[in-house]
Amino acid sequence: MSAIPITSAAGPRGGVLRRFASQEALLAVAVIGLAVIVGFVNPRFLAYRNLADILLGNAYIAIAAIGMSMVIVSGNIDISVGALIGVLATVSGSLAVAGAPTAVTWLAPLVLGVAVMAAQGVVVAYLRIPAIVVTLGMLSILKGGLISVTGGKWITDLPQSFHLADLNVLGVPMPVVIMVAATVLAALRMRYSPSGRAVYATGGNAEAARLCGVNPQRTVVMVFAIHGLFAGLATLVYATQLRVIQSTTPSGLELTIITASVVGGVSILGGVGTVVGSTLAAILIAEITSALVFINVSPYWTDALRGGLILVTVIADILRRQRRAARGWKK
Amino acid sequence: MSAAPSTAPLLDVRNVEKTFPGVRALTGVSFDVRAGEVHALLGENGAGKSTLIKIVSGVYQPDAGEILIDGRATRFASPEDAKRAGVATIYQELLLFPELTVAENIFLGHAPRAGGGRIDWRVMRAKAEALLASLEINDLAADQIVGALSVGHRQRVEILRALSHDARILIMDEPTAALTEGDVTRLFDIVGRLKARGVGIVYISHRLDELFEIADRVTVLRDGAYVGSRQVADTNAAELVQMMVGRRIENLFPKFAVPIGGPVLEARGLVCHPMTKDVSLTVRAGEIVGLAGLVGSGRSELAQVLFGITPAEHGDIQLAGKAVQIDSPERARARGIAYVPEDRGVQGLVRPMSVLHNFSLAALGALSRLGFIDRAAERRMAEAGVQRFSVKTSSVDEVAGRLSGGNQQKIVLGKWLANNPKLLILDEPTRGIDVGAKAEIHRLMCELAGEGVAILMISSELPEVLGMSDRVLVMREGRLVAEFDREHATSEAVGAAMMGSDATMERAA
Repeated sequence: MSAIPITSAAGPRGGVLRRFASQEALLAVAVIGLAVIVGFVNPRFLAYRNLADILLGNAYIAIAAIGMSMVIVSGNIDISVGALIGVLATVSGSLAVAGAPTAVTWLAPLVLGVAVMAAQGVVVAYLRIPAIVVTLGMLSILKGGLISVTGGKWITDLPQSFHLADLNVLGVPMPVVIMVAATVLAALRMRYSPSGRAVYATGGNAEAARLCGVNPQRTVVMVFAIHGLFAGLATLVYATQLRVIQSTTPSGLELTIITASVVGGVSILGGVGTVVGSTLAAILIAEITSALVFINVSPYWTDALRGGLILVTVIADILRRQRRAARGWKK
Repeated sequence: MSAAPSTAPLLDVRNVEKTFPGVRALTGVSFDVRAGEVHALLGENGAGKSTLIKIVSGVYQPDAGEILIDGRATRFASPEDAKRAGVATIYQELLLFPELTVAENIFLGHAPRAGGGRIDWRVMRAKAEALLASLEINDLAADQIVGALSVGHRQRVEILRALSHDARILIMDEPTAALTEGDVTRLFDIVGRLKARGVGIVYISHRLDELFEIADRVTVLRDGAYVGSRQVADTNAAELVQMMVGRRIENLFPKFAVPIGGPVLEARGLVCHPMTKDVSLTVRAGEIVGLAGLVGSGRSELAQVLFGITPAEHGDIQLAGKAVQIDSPERARARGIAYVPEDRGVQGLVRPMSVLHNFSLAALGALSRLGFIDRAAERRMAEAGVQRFSVKTSSVDEVAGRLSGGNQQKIVLGKWLANNPKLLILDEPTRGIDVGAKAEIHRLMCELAGEGVAILMISSELPEVLGMSDRVLVMREGRLVAEFDREHATSEAVGAAMMGSDATMERAA
């Protein structure tokens, strides 16, 4: 046979190079590089207080982006997550004010998040309605419903015990602990477990996955349910930092979360991406936002920059694909 | 054969070289096409045929060498340049717009204009009809919507589109791969007419018998290098195969006898509306059972019933003597059934995933400990698979979608074998792959049978069915209508059963 099998001979080195060129490595370099450059311009940027603020204030975005990344890898999308976080925060805060046990106030957003997202997953997977339509509907329901029920009232006088985010583990603030733990656990699961592999297979080619014994429908429901769990966790980190919870939905939050996933290297076409990448991207975006202030750029540029970042990432991804195509990527 | 004019060839490719990062795709390949000639390009998957036609059609630029059109050196910076020079390519995947009509597809981008830049629909329609008439295609109308057409008709629309550009050189990349027999005959008829008009045709196909039917000359490539050209009249299949693979294939079907054990699959009275009607069959350990039948006779549907994709409505399935319920592919897989589908592109491979992960996808359960994948075992399995199937890849971490078609197919097969199935269902296991890869797959089938795997093989190639099977079952209109053991399975007998008792075989393949 003329075919020459080339196995792992080139494997390890190729693997290392690949790892260096990976989106995660690039993001890690960007996170550190940006800190160094901005710190050079304005050393106060590197103050512990500021770095902590960046992490604490944005950990919930990174946490929500983990679930979002899984959803996008599975070939779907969710635009209801921002509204859901608003609703869950309101529910959790209201329970706390009404005197529910702390455990209940913390568990409620997790359980409710899983329930709402799993329900959407069922509709997407079994009724075969595109996720963007289902979650757009849910976005409107949650947004409208929340305003109608609460009348936009603010929740104040939260009990001290409610503030999970104020706790720390061995000196590390709880939001950072949760963010790191969630990222690591999700990354392990996505990378090394059969069910994680099923998510990639479903997003890459659902039909092939099905013939290999993966159940794409169940996988999609599971992914949405896990996404709901992370949305609940994100809510906890977010709401328990606040002294006042506005019972409205944070506008544009879903876009920030989706941006973190996409900038983190998750292909919007499904099948490709990692949760480590999305967490790093969430940190990078937060860092950029903060850096703008320290180098005296109007914060109004934040949105534009975020938009620029998403375009640059997607264009880079497409260019990379095209280069591959020129090298014989078979459609 | 053809009356080749003494002037310069229409297309003359001289010493073309092309290197991609890490791969030498073409080295010193020369090739020419004269007016009114069908010149076939032959080679295994990865031999460089696709790269060559992409250079000729302007998709890639050669690193060295020249392309001459009518004897003048030309450089194609883009496919548009090639099109302008009269080179048209019809790819395997037809590039048509399903929502538009035949005429609109033909003239997309160069529609006849009336005053003020408006499209002149009347002229466009008339021109499309004239094109249809010129090839005597009278079962296709200019205003039909392309999405509703058969593959054969769509291909005709592509050919007409090429002609509407006044293409003088037509490149056809495996045009018969997806066609029915009738459509193949029609295609050859059209090719004949184009020849008569002086169009030069570059024809790529894996089917040797086709080349003898329509080609005038044939050029063989191997591993990106030029092996030789022959007048079709002066060569034979054995010589061409030898040129392609670089060695003689003594026996295309190396079936050797292995001891046949007890029944692995026993199915009784399977019914699944509408294409499976009361089917009973047995496949034993170590046995290769060929399932013959015409396209549409219900063979693939039966495979899908056995694999639980469309579970049986009635009937019993026993695996190794135990009655089982096969109601999903998941269940089937868990019971030791593997199914290699016919359409490997859509159904077989997760293209964005690495070779490694594709290999292990069907065996993740077996590879997992405590909910996590044993990655060392996974890698060992994939590397063994790559070795065993001679998959050409830089490493198992390569993205599967970047490999050539034949190599992707080997991964799909290998993936299932990694699962150690007891019953292997193969649907057209060698369709569209080259002779060398075919022989490898046949050898593997024999090896597996030797290991005691029961194999049910669906094939539309009668020589393959007859050559590989211990037993041949024939399906017609959703029923099993005949069964032959190896000695009695002749092409006449099996063919007659496929066609129905009173019909005679048109073509004893």
